[in-house]
Amino acid sequence: MKEFNYTINDPNGIHARPAGVLVKEVKGFESAITVWKGDASCDMKKLMKLMGMGIKQGDTITIKVEGPDEDAAAEAVKKAFEENF
Amino acid sequence: MQVATGKSILNGIAIGKVKIYKAPSYEINENDIADTDGEIAKFEAALEKAIDGQNALYDKALEAAGEESAEIFEVHAMMLEDDDLQDAVKEIITGQKKSAEYAVNVAFNNQAEVFAQMDDPYMQARSADIHDIKQAVLDVLFGVDPASMQGTEPTILVAEDLAPSETVKLDKSLLLGMITREGSSNSHTAILARSMNLPTIIQCKEIDDSWDGKTAIIDGYNSCVYVEPTDDLMDSLSKKMQEDEKKLALLQELKGKDNTTIDGKTIKVYANIGGPSDIGMVQQNDAGGVGLFRSEFVYLNSKDYPTEDEQFKAYKLAVESLAPKQVIIRTCDIGADKTVEYMDLGEEENPALGYRAIRICLTRKDFFKTQLRAILRASAYGNLGIMFPMIISLRELNEAQQILDECKEELIKEGVKVGEYQVGIMIETPAAVLCADELAEKCDFFSIGTNDLTQYTLAIDRQNAKLEPFLDTHHSAVLKAIQMTIEAGHRHNTWVGICGELGSDLSLTETFLRMGIDELSVNPKSVLPIRKVIRGLDLSK
Repeated sequence: MKEFNYTINDPNGIHARPAGVLVKEVKGFESAITVWKGDASCDMKKLMKLMGMGIKQGDTITIKVEGPDEDAAAEAVKKAFEENF
Repeated sequence: MQVATGKSILNGIAIGKVKIYKAPSYEINENDIADTDGEIAKFEAALEKAIDGQNALYDKALEAAGEESAEIFEVHAMMLEDDDLQDAVKEIITGQKKSAEYAVNVAFNNQAEVFAQMDDPYMQARSADIHDIKQAVLDVLFGVDPASMQGTEPTILVAEDLAPSETVKLDKSLLLGMITREGSSNSHTAILARSMNLPTIIQCKEIDDSWDGKTAIIDGYNSCVYVEPTDDLMDSLSKKMQEDEKKLALLQELKGKDNTTIDGKTIKVYANIGGPSDIGMVQQNDAGGVGLFRSEFVYLNSKDYPTEDEQFKAYKLAVESLAPKQVIIRTCDIGADKTVEYMDLGEEENPALGYRAIRICLTRKDFFKTQLRAILRASAYGNLGIMFPMIISLRELNEAQQILDECKEELIKEGVKVGEYQVGIMIETPAAVLCADELAEKCDFFSIGTNDLTQYTLAIDRQNAKLEPFLDTHHSAVLKAIQMTIEAGHRHNTWVGICGELGSDLSLTETFLRMGIDELSVNPKSVLPIRKVIRGLDLSK
């Protein structure tokens, strides 16, 4: 399993369009990808759930990736976060 | 006459008959359904059509109003593709044996409620998006065309609220203006209204069904609506509207045209901007690029040193949104009259002649590198230029260039993509003018900062009002300095522009063109007036 933390820089937090981009990005991977904020978590392949987490600027979230293509998936997610949030 | 007030979206006047716009209402079948498979097939077909519809709206809005307005429809399509939302609809159809329209209505309302309950106002506003896409699916299920609600004559549209999909579907040729009871100045409707230049009043609580068919005036300057206005008011506001139209038509006519003189000389007219929020102005005024992107905003709007990522995001946004147009980013020009506490620069006797701009950057190398790395990363996303301010000698330029190269090498080693870019300097000191030949050998371009160049050439503090009688902005020494810079640049194939205030002085445009200037970078609003002057010049005479 791969795991890393990310702190959101974007003043709007995880908002609609970049969240959509993120979901598109991860849908192609087989691995299970979950986002954790404190005790709450959601499947990163689900746009509504991801938006429903209400992740804001300054929040530090943990991303866990598990599955056959976890290395590539973790890399892609990291990149998508850096570019969009 | 009735006067109603609200919040104006743009300065403008609209006169016409009111049309009350109401979203179509449906009879939703709440009875139990036997053929649940049939309902699921109906839902899936409608969903697919609704997604296609949102994508078509995206294309339409992109063409009519630009990326910012169009984005929302891309998001809508993504939301419609959400598995959970689709599963919730199907669950209601099979579990409760209900019709597709009933299931869509309930499932989407529930999702909208989830967003409405969140404590973040941005997320709360997304519940309107869910209602909007629900409407799109229901429209397909019921075979309704919302555009038919608009009537056949041009009108002022009055509605409770307008969803983005409704606004974009409206026939613009039948639209004089809009008035809504709800809405915020950051709503998609407001953004569309601005980019389509439609006088619009939002949050107008007094709107009433009885207005339907009556004559009304939207006065965007005063944020009010006059229903059945008096003759006097009608006369004066009609005149104002005609004046606005004339001005606009004159400038609109120049959009898309070249900055070419009668005898065929073409120059670049670029815009100066102070941050990503000015990008829209660059596009609206049809500037050929950005000749001066002041990067100070990243420092002034921050309580602490801005990070590389924060800066990268801002630069990327500008470069990517405006590509393939060139965007020239000026590196940190803090100091003199622009200071920030966290940098702890200390007091100075002569701040204008003091520790500022490139002088800080070359002293605090790590600080400089953070910005350069952010700029270089952004270069992969469009057509970028880097410009160093306050250069007075070749030594400084070489040093800055060396640090830039160092950053580039580091990034490439880290596997980060770096694009092509031009490198240039501001010419804003007499020293730079006098050694312009040596500097030009190492630069792709020069940009003359006439404000500082004037102050330093004439030894006149531009912030001292007492000196105004001594300040001649067209002083021959300054014009001579500009001429020398252009000539030196051209001797070394370096293009030369002006990004100071003199650039937008229409009485000097001809002078600059005769000197051989290659680019004028001005505030966005001056782009079209300058284009007008250029197109009227004949340099052969």
